Amino acid sequence: MSNLLSLTTFLPVLGVLLLLFIPKDSKAVLRGVALAVTVVTFLVSLPILTGFQSNAEFQFVENVPWIAAGPFVMRYNVGVDGISLWLVILSTFIMPLAVLSTWTAVEEKVKEYMICLLLLETGMLGAFVSLDLFLFYIFWEVMLIPMYFIIGIWGGKNKIYAAVKFFIYTMVGSLLMLVALVFLYFKGLAAGYTDFGLLQFFNLHLDLSTQIWLFLAFALAFAIKVPMFPLHTWLPDAHTEAPTAGSVILAAILLKMGTYGYVRFAIPLFPEAAHKFAPLIATLAVIGVIYASLVAMVQEDVKKLVAYSSVAHLGFVMLGVFAFNVEGITGGMLQMLNHGVSTGALFLIVGFIYERRHTRLITDFGGLSKQMPIFATIFMIVTFSSIGLPGTNGFVGEFLVLIGGFGSELRWWTIVASSGVILSAVYMLWMFQRVMFGELDNPKNQKLLDLNAREITIMVPLIALIFIMGLYPNPFIEKMDPAIKKLVAQSRTTTMTANAAVPVLPAMSVATEMPAGHPAVAPAADAALPSVPVAVNPHEAK
Amino acid sequence: MDMITIPAVNLTPIMPEIFLSVMAMALLLINVFVPSSKKSYLSYISFFVIVATGFITAAGWGGHIESFSGSVVQDNFATFFKLIFLTAAGLATLISDKYMEREGCNHGELYPLILFTVVGMMLMASGTDLMTIFLGLEVMSVSLYVLAGFDRAKSKSNEAGLKYFLLGAFSTGFLLYGMALTYGATGSTRISVIASKVSMMTAPSANTMLLAGMLLMITGFAFKVAAAPFHMWTPDVYEGAPTPMTAFMSAGPKAAGFAAALRILLVSFPSMQADWSQLLWILAVLTMTVGNITALRQDNIKRMLAYSSIAHAGYVLVGFAAGNPTGTAGILFYMLSYTFMNIGAFAIIILVGKKGESNGNVQDFAGFGFKHPLLAVAMTIFLFSLAGMPPTAGFIGKFYLFSGAIEKGYIWLAIIGVLNSAASVYYYLRVMVFMYMKDATEEFDWMQVTAPVALSLIISVVGSLLPGMIPSVILQYAQQAVKLI
Repeated sequence: MSNLLSLTTFLPVLGVLLLLFIPKDSKAVLRGVALAVTVVTFLVSLPILTGFQSNAEFQFVENVPWIAAGPFVMRYNVGVDGISLWLVILSTFIMPLAVLSTWTAVEEKVKEYMICLLLLETGMLGAFVSLDLFLFYIFWEVMLIPMYFIIGIWGGKNKIYAAVKFFIYTMVGSLLMLVALVFLYFKGLAAGYTDFGLLQFFNLHLDLSTQIWLFLAFALAFAIKVPMFPLHTWLPDAHTEAPTAGSVILAAILLKMGTYGYVRFAIPLFPEAAHKFAPLIATLAVIGVIYASLVAMVQEDVKKLVAYSSVAHLGFVMLGVFAFNVEGITGGMLQMLNHGVSTGALFLIVGFIYERRHTRLITDFGGLSKQMPIFATIFMIVTFSSIGLPGTNGFVGEFLVLIGGFGSELRWWTIVASSGVILSAVYMLWMFQRVMFGELDNPKNQKLLDLNAREITIMVPLIALIFIMGLYPNPFIEKMDPAIKKLVAQSRTTTMTANAAVPVLPAMSVATEMPAGHPAVAPAADAALPSVPVAVNPHEAK
Repeated sequence: MDMITIPAVNLTPIMPEIFLSVMAMALLLINVFVPSSKKSYLSYISFFVIVATGFITAAGWGGHIESFSGSVVQDNFATFFKLIFLTAAGLATLISDKYMEREGCNHGELYPLILFTVVGMMLMASGTDLMTIFLGLEVMSVSLYVLAGFDRAKSKSNEAGLKYFLLGAFSTGFLLYGMALTYGATGSTRISVIASKVSMMTAPSANTMLLAGMLLMITGFAFKVAAAPFHMWTPDVYEGAPTPMTAFMSAGPKAAGFAAALRILLVSFPSMQADWSQLLWILAVLTMTVGNITALRQDNIKRMLAYSSIAHAGYVLVGFAAGNPTGTAGILFYMLSYTFMNIGAFAIIILVGKKGESNGNVQDFAGFGFKHPLLAVAMTIFLFSLAGMPPTAGFIGKFYLFSGAIEKGYIWLAIIGVLNSAASVYYYLRVMVFMYMKDATEEFDWMQVTAPVALSLIISVVGSLLPGMIPSVILQYAQQAVKLI
């Protein structure tokens, strides 16, 4: 079907129209309809996955005129490649779980809440599939509105502060990006382009100083969204105050907007500037990893701890992306998906326990594993995944990022960042120990009920994914591989034009190098290590 | 004795003005026979008069007719602006009736005065002679002074009227002085003649008299559009004037000021663009920044929107400073969408307010969002449009204004503009914070959404939303409109 992407993107809006006609008191119906809409959206999005050919081209492309006035021509131009494909699927996959998670948590203003969630889904999907810079910007901004209301209306004590901070932080960055975007358009206009179509701009050769300014504007907008140190301060506030579904979506999908922005826009549009700023960005990423891990360690609030762990994980993603080699970017992309699954799951878990006890302080808990064995098991698996234990998804991503980083110019940064792997184990396990083990001495905890069927239903798909992606990541890597190779080539062609002696990329597919099977993963991949960095590192080829 | 020859006069270009004037005078007469409890009829009649004038005006689209020996013209530029004025007046009429009744000043003269204001504004947009423009400006201003002080029992309204009159008269002096100097330097008040005279000068910027004339005219218009540092009157006048008139004043007359200034500067002084662009650059930065920073601390919504309207004049000045088709078309588009979103926002303020204009603080909106969901959604749309969030008309308008500046090479102006825009988000969000995120302290049961108010809200919502999603049509009209000058 040719308009599959539009259908997926706008189905939630149709759902909103449906919700408008349901009286606000029939909460069960409202929840049911919202769930049905997100499930249908997920099902509709599956043919995108199955019909996707493993090549570097954009697929399911739709391109129709939209605005044409004056110097500007904007088109409704959407499509997916291996990079955006998984993020689209991740979004449609997380949404039903997010809706389910609020079944009993949100009792007031259910109708408005569901409307916000669905509008948010459309915004996110639209941003991932846009191939027109202007269209992307519209979706990028539109996302802010429902998220602002979700945090501000259904959030915790400090919700207003968090919501306004979230909104204005993001807005400042994106408005500067808008200026850069228009400037870029006029550059394109001078080069004979006629619209905002993204792909043509990859061939626009800008001089270095222009690239630097434009890159800075784009990078700032994305860095705020990622969020990178020191622009991360809105995130712990937003996460802590947001209701569970809000946190889940924020962590699992919205943050990916930032890293996706680098991969899709900032790097291929301004490759030379990206290379120039790679050390700076890597430094910030590494500081983010270490600093956020240390801060996470001393948090008393579980949700805040998870929020800071998000900052650390995304630091890894950024490091991988800015390694500019296939391993690094593949690792970064996988880590984006992993983070979506495991941190999403962590926020859900925090939500479960908060719903029962209305507290998130670590000191209020202890010994919960005796009372809630199922919960403890699930929590354990998710914690391992977040730490990156071999066999879980977190390992594959982190490992590839480290290989990629080690084999690039960023070797020293990578070495420092590796300590983040240990630190993550420290803060996660320590938190897990204090919450789940020990004496069950708090009387309030002694009557806690274990997870119910609905909650288990939410967690099962996530747990399954944690193992599938951890043990057999090939299908995921296979689909994104051609697109990533193209990206690596794009980020290289301009930088290396001066150097004709660049060896042609060895036809090394990460997908085939990554062995399947759990205990074998680590040693086998280890064995592959020495051959990798030399072969693909553009800089050593100089 | 020589005979005075009267040139052949074509009345077509000023048909809308004639029709409106006649109708306004007729309304004054009708008013005498309408009992004071039935003054609503006058608002209905004047609304239909405005709609009819809209059709007469729109029928002139595409033509280019000069008349009165070239002192008035009917072109797309004038037509587009006339439609903006009529929109503003029409919406203001719809929201006036109930408000005036509540405040106990539903005098029938209100509506003819609004119509006369529109006549003045129309003359400003279609005037191609400095004298015609000045005449239009005076017709507009004198009616506005009265409208600002219309609630004569209230001291604040009186203050507004008097303040507006005094400072307005002062600024008119500047304008007139500038016109006189320009006449002195070029020997004509006809815009086209000035243009040819200026274009023949080798170094027009070195002609002190001409330069001073241009600067003084810009000062006069800067006062009328409330650009900083000539904005001091705005908050007091906007706060004191009856709310529907504030809504009207923030949209219509501002657009008229821009219309006249655009025509004079773009047609007469294109060769001096380097001079006036620089000046407008500074004015734009000052206006945006002063407007936004002062709006941040306002509790009274009317006052907040007054300051925000200063900021919006600043955004428009960004497009003006660029002076290219992108920027100027952006001005036309923006003034139209601003009319919808701003009057819409004022309509909600009127609904929430109580007698004596109490209940007009941001805090009074607490919990409004869930007591009247539809009205609150409308207000949300207006506020997001004012803040320039996609997918609203306000975003597309700002996009074109700032793009004009970027195209011209004024990158920093655009950057200052967007940063201002980001700052403005704070005070617009603040209203939404109270509407949606605070608990209701009142039941909001005094609100009556009458049919005219509902109509104005529907028009405003459509006007602030639709052009944001499918802007091409209006933008193309705006571009045709600015092509002729």
